[in-house]
Amino acid sequence: MIIKPLAWQRIVWVALAAMTLLTLVVLFFIIGFIASKGARVITPEFLFGMPARMGKEGGILPTIIATIYITLLAIIIATPIGVGSAVYLTEYTRESAITRIVRFGADALAGVPSIIFGLFGFILFVIRLRMGWSLAAGGLTLAFMILPTIIRTSEEAIRAVPHNLREVSYSLGGAKSQTIMRVVLPNALPGILTGVILGMGRSVAETAATIFTAGSSLLIPKSLFDPARTMAVHFYILAREGLSMERAYGTAFLLIVAILLINVVAYSLMFRLTRKMR
Amino acid sequence: MREKLIEKGLLLVAFSAVATIFLIAFFIFREGVPLVAKVGVWDFIASTRWAPSKGQFGILPMIVGSLEVTILAVVFGAVLGLSCAMFLAEFAPRWSVRILKPMIELLAGIPSVVYGFIGVVVLVPWIRTTFGGPGFSVLASSIILGIMILPTVIAISLDAFHAVPPLYKEGSLALGATRWQTLYRVQLPAARSGIIAALILGMGRAVGETMAVIMVAGNALTMPTSLLQPVRTLTSNIALEMGYASGDHQAALFATGMVLFVIIAVLNTIALVVTRPRT
Repeated sequence: MIIKPLAWQRIVWVALAAMTLLTLVVLFFIIGFIASKGARVITPEFLFGMPARMGKEGGILPTIIATIYITLLAIIIATPIGVGSAVYLTEYTRESAITRIVRFGADALAGVPSIIFGLFGFILFVIRLRMGWSLAAGGLTLAFMILPTIIRTSEEAIRAVPHNLREVSYSLGGAKSQTIMRVVLPNALPGILTGVILGMGRSVAETAATIFTAGSSLLIPKSLFDPARTMAVHFYILAREGLSMERAYGTAFLLIVAILLINVVAYSLMFRLTRKMR
Repeated sequence: MREKLIEKGLLLVAFSAVATIFLIAFFIFREGVPLVAKVGVWDFIASTRWAPSKGQFGILPMIVGSLEVTILAVVFGAVLGLSCAMFLAEFAPRWSVRILKPMIELLAGIPSVVYGFIGVVVLVPWIRTTFGGPGFSVLASSIILGIMILPTVIAISLDAFHAVPPLYKEGSLALGATRWQTLYRVQLPAARSGIIAALILGMGRAVGETMAVIMVAGNALTMPTSLLQPVRTLTSNIALEMGYASGDHQAALFATGMVLFVIIAVLNTIALVVTRPRT
């Protein structure tokens, strides 16, 4: 039997639509499932209480604090390096061997699996530099991990700054560094922030790289060199060791809410940016 | 003078990403190479015995496990992801694409441990009751990984479809082809390199994913012979044993990381070569 082209098209339309629907169903199922089981676990005691019996009981305050510290540390280290790289790529060189090498580095780094970052951070920061399992070792490791995201988004944001803005600055006698600091970077700020926020999201979600560098202590970290357990690591340990399903759902729900909020902020910034361009 | 200094400083900063790649390779290889030299390259990658306490370090089952799980994941990811990308590129109304694309990208932000958890509480029991076996299996791992690589596959192949010059499509439609014929015979071949890159980058994500796989794979130290059997991948081998390993055992885990690093490097190089614009 020969199927007519237009009938074929209808069949394909239905098939592709079904596949797209399936993808969306999976997305909503994951979020909905965690929300339905986790939302009711969220109480003030859960958010602001100390864990008891390895996390079987009590709250998750130390893991929330550790997540915030380690994420801030990662972006504080990675942002200047990432934005600096982007500035060099866009403002100081034309397409050349150097730009190709730097871009290759960023792309290659983006492809490195997080467990490799974990191994690397463990051997360099925890062992060789004697930081031990600590916020510092975890933050540094995550900083390297999110560096490519920040470089790439900042580069795009800086490239999108109209050229005549720079020319106005130069014509007023602005030096190159002044032009960059006062004209280029402020105009590229929303795009740069998008990259930084996406990097935050990755840091919050990361497990494999943090568990071997920051450790899994359930105490509130008091200094940079104290070990700490992030929410993602806590969730992994709760779920894998079957300590408390209820608390695992609660932690997962909090993680997802945090990540969704972070990403929504990032995307709305990006959206505003692209609308301004048009 | 000051300007020159700033420029030199920025140049230094710009090389940090490249330097990091070399640092990572250096530290992983420095830990791993001596161990591989000690047990022999062949015995390391082609032996099926992994018994760190007896000094036996063969990672063949994990290599096979990683490849099996990854290839299957890419098959799942390709079927779903490319269908999605084709639908969004050609058939879905514009307004819906603007909503759907960011939503699919949000999938990428969900922590991998959450995917693993969903796998444990939903997928594993389902596989156990439907197909038998322990549930923790090659199949469970590759389905979870297939879902996890969807955002990568969809985003990059959608870009590839959008990068096809509209003239191609218009020419084909003007010749009386249907939209599906145009998509299948004209746009798909034209977007081929981008789609291949999407699948290879997805493959890189799948082979490197750790926590989600540990949770659903079962992690048994045997050669995976059936899709319903448990499996241990290279990444899970590292993460499972890093917590307590020391000495040669720890070095062997770094050597496992070395193999993973090489696999990723090869995949990324292929992706880079396919997407390079022809001159």
